[in-house]
Amino acid sequence: MKSHIVRLAASKLLPFTLLLSAIVFYRGHNEPGGGFIGGLMAAAGFVFYALAFDTHEAEKKLRVSPLTLIIAGLSAAFISTLPALFAGNPFFTGEWVSVTLPLIGKIKAGTPLMFDLGVYFTVWGVMLTIIFNLMEE
Amino acid sequence: MCVRTNNIGIKKNQAAFNNRVNVCKNGCGIKVFIASNEFLNNFSLYSFTQLKHRRQKQERKMQGILSYLILLLITAFLAPVIINRAGKAASWLLGSVSVAGFFYLLRFAAATARGNTLSMTLEWLPQLHLNFTLYLDGLSLFFALLVTGMGAMVLVFAGKYMQPYPQKDRFFLLIFLFEFAMLALVLSGNLFTLFIFWELTSVSSFLLVGFSHEKPEARNAALQALLITVAGGLAMMAGFIMLGQIAGTLEINELLKSGELVRSHPHYSPALILILAGAFTKSAQFPFHFWLPGAMQAPSPVSAYLHSATMVKAGIYLLMRLSPVMGGTPEWKYILTITGAITMILGGYFAYSQTDFKKVLAYTTISALGILVLMLGIDTNISIKAAVIFMLVHALYKGALFMIAGLIDKSAGTRDLRKLGGLFHVMPEASVAAVISLLSMAGLPPMIGFIGKELIYEAKIGLPEIGNWLMVAGVLTNVIMVAISFALIFHLFGGKLRYAGRVPTRPAFALWIGPAILAGTSLLIGLFPSRVANLLLRPAITSIRPSIDTLSLALWHGFNEVLLMSLATIGAGITLYLLYRKVNPVLTNFNNEVITFRFANAFNRTMDLFLKLTKKKTSLIQSGYQRYYLMAIFIMTSVLAWYQIFYTWQGNGINTGPVPAIFELLIAALIVSAAVVAVAVKSRVLAILSMGAAGYGIGMLFLIYGAIDVAITMLLAETLVLVLFMVVVFHLPKFTNFSGRGSRIRDAVIAIFTGSFMTGLVLKAGQMDPAGRVSAFYTENALPLAHGKNVVNVILVDFRALDTLGEITVLVIAAIGVAALLKLKSKKGSAA
Repeated sequence: MKSHIVRLAASKLLPFTLLLSAIVFYRGHNEPGGGFIGGLMAAAGFVFYALAFDTHEAEKKLRVSPLTLIIAGLSAAFISTLPALFAGNPFFTGEWVSVTLPLIGKIKAGTPLMFDLGVYFTVWGVMLTIIFNLMEE
Repeated sequence: MCVRTNNIGIKKNQAAFNNRVNVCKNGCGIKVFIASNEFLNNFSLYSFTQLKHRRQKQERKMQGILSYLILLLITAFLAPVIINRAGKAASWLLGSVSVAGFFYLLRFAAATARGNTLSMTLEWLPQLHLNFTLYLDGLSLFFALLVTGMGAMVLVFAGKYMQPYPQKDRFFLLIFLFEFAMLALVLSGNLFTLFIFWELTSVSSFLLVGFSHEKPEARNAALQALLITVAGGLAMMAGFIMLGQIAGTLEINELLKSGELVRSHPHYSPALILILAGAFTKSAQFPFHFWLPGAMQAPSPVSAYLHSATMVKAGIYLLMRLSPVMGGTPEWKYILTITGAITMILGGYFAYSQTDFKKVLAYTTISALGILVLMLGIDTNISIKAAVIFMLVHALYKGALFMIAGLIDKSAGTRDLRKLGGLFHVMPEASVAAVISLLSMAGLPPMIGFIGKELIYEAKIGLPEIGNWLMVAGVLTNVIMVAISFALIFHLFGGKLRYAGRVPTRPAFALWIGPAILAGTSLLIGLFPSRVANLLLRPAITSIRPSIDTLSLALWHGFNEVLLMSLATIGAGITLYLLYRKVNPVLTNFNNEVITFRFANAFNRTMDLFLKLTKKKTSLIQSGYQRYYLMAIFIMTSVLAWYQIFYTWQGNGINTGPVPAIFELLIAALIVSAAVVAVAVKSRVLAILSMGAAGYGIGMLFLIYGAIDVAITMLLAETLVLVLFMVVVFHLPKFTNFSGRGSRIRDAVIAIFTGSFMTGLVLKAGQMDPAGRVSAFYTENALPLAHGKNVVNVILVDFRALDTLGEITVLVIAAIGVAALLKLKSKKGSAA
């Protein structure tokens, strides 16, 4: 598609889509959202970009290849299952710590968050791999 | 984490008490059990603080062993770097890791000799009884020392031996990975942990046998070894599951207590046969023995380590481990005795007729493994003793001899026994080590091999029924061993120097030091057996059979039947040796020409046949057309689902829920009309768009009924699918020919059938009782247990995280599949 309007829209919208997907990912634990939805949203942003320009441009914009996203995602999901072992709990047990940060206040971080982050990156990478490959055809 | 310390007294007069103290330490969830027969007797000696102190010490010890295992694993991945950077010192450095493990483990010998057992459990998936348990008793310590001790020798040897190989860094990674897996296998206290490491040894063996992967023979041998051992392993897993079902546990220390229950259970025989399939394939028993000579394609250090001293003994280890649980029945005795005897005699015969030094050693290894199985099958006190001692004997001499075979190959460029001779002049140190090891193999005094053989004879004499036949077979095998040993001593090392091609060179220190240490050990233990017997052998034997609490070994047993038989064996062996030069070529010819049946070839043919069969089957049921796949899926699903719906339908009517609001009805109407349009229109783009409309409509319904997460996912997925379709649709040709009337009717029938089953399913869901479902648990526990208010998300990432991990893995596989298909196709396109 060579429409300038679409191109402009795609490139301006992309940061917002990513921001939105990050928010949706983060709020997922307590409100609707989560890694799967967030990953789909992030992928949708890049797919729109690829539709407006082409897949090479989109991959350039992404900086890393979708495969790297997949690897990062699966590794994060898998690694998040391990801390439980060191804490003496069965594999996959969620482990939580509360961290008090300046300005933001007290937040709870846990292995399920990291696991969800893994889901986020995997879904993002998988969708882009499939769609980019099909679009290149 | 849970650390268990069992103190099992072996003294019978103290067996009256069995006390159990159960203490829980809060916080990190460490539990310690001390069960002791001696406990009450000694209670006054311990104040509570001393007891606590002792418990913490035991717990630290097991964690030490776990740390050592982790260290081995880390070393495996550092080994390539060390090999490439550290130069000549590298293999000594790596060997010292193994030596350190040996001496570290040796410190536990005093404890196991007292009859103590140590164990520790890391819970893995406790719901499935899957735990990572380490268990240390006399038997596992004996094997662990064998693994680390032999590992050290082999690593030093390999440092020099592997020098010219281009991928030697990878070799060291694999050999350490193997050492890790093997050590973890013998220390496993849970059958499934054992199984995992068992398979890991098979995999590392596969990679090591096929190490010279540019040679097709090496690749074939590797594949053959893998297929056989893994097939056996699969059967064994089924056997383990059955055993677990019978006994209600997979933990070895609990299994050991439920022998009565297991042996009297109706599923005992199938479980036994399945487990034996695993043990026999791993330990190269007839008729699975043929993979072992093939595995000699591996570099010599691998043959010395995996295929003589350790990995092939894993089957024997398993038999020894399970002997108190499953042993002693007629099935056990007959299967083990007969298999072992056949393997023993067959291995001996083939060993005698080989001309390649390494092949000779491979077949004598098969024979020795047969002897071990036979001894465990005879299952008397004396035969168990014989098995454990012969295990040590064999590991010592065979490990040394395999390394010497490699060293000769390195030095003389060939291992052909017909071409070599008088090697003593070139390699005096190695020759002395070889001669000592060969004398131990022949079972001559003063080597430990003599003591081993005497016990084996004694075990066979003690048998009533088939004892005579076993005796004959046993003596015959030993006669062959004596003849082979003498032939190797006199032809290979004695006499005038003979060689083929190049002049043999003097081997390096790193090559002969390992065999020399092993041979020296054979000699030393033979001369002074009592210390090793008390520290290592007796505890191992007691673990197999608790009723044996003494073991006295000596070279001189007095003048008796056994000694007479030994003398006869040696006499006959020397006679056979004198005939060696004449008989060997005849036998070689006989084997090559008359016996045309080869197990390895038969196996290959079976595999080829199997491949052909699967190809035919594939072409029969895999049409390659997506429409047929879809039809098959839809028809099968709806038939099965309809069956289930009819079968469980309750007559109390359909629960339609509250009356829908106007806008809900409107959305429903929109979905239906969009679906109708999708079917009716002639333009693909319109069809896709209307399908998208139907999808968005369903998403809206989810939104209205409060499943917000599902709705968002649905809308997003619908959007992306729409984009995907659009991308593809541009590349498709225009509709030119439409399907005919017949196929349309067929498709309509399938569609109605499938759609109606979905409707039926939804109505059926309305009949279900929402109370008593698992959802209540999730809703109530999402916040307190998983700190999340969004139940859907909590289920995905916490409660059912294993499922999610599986799902995203499947997603990735699908993505890789799509990418591979498209990339492959476009490559082909550009080439054409």
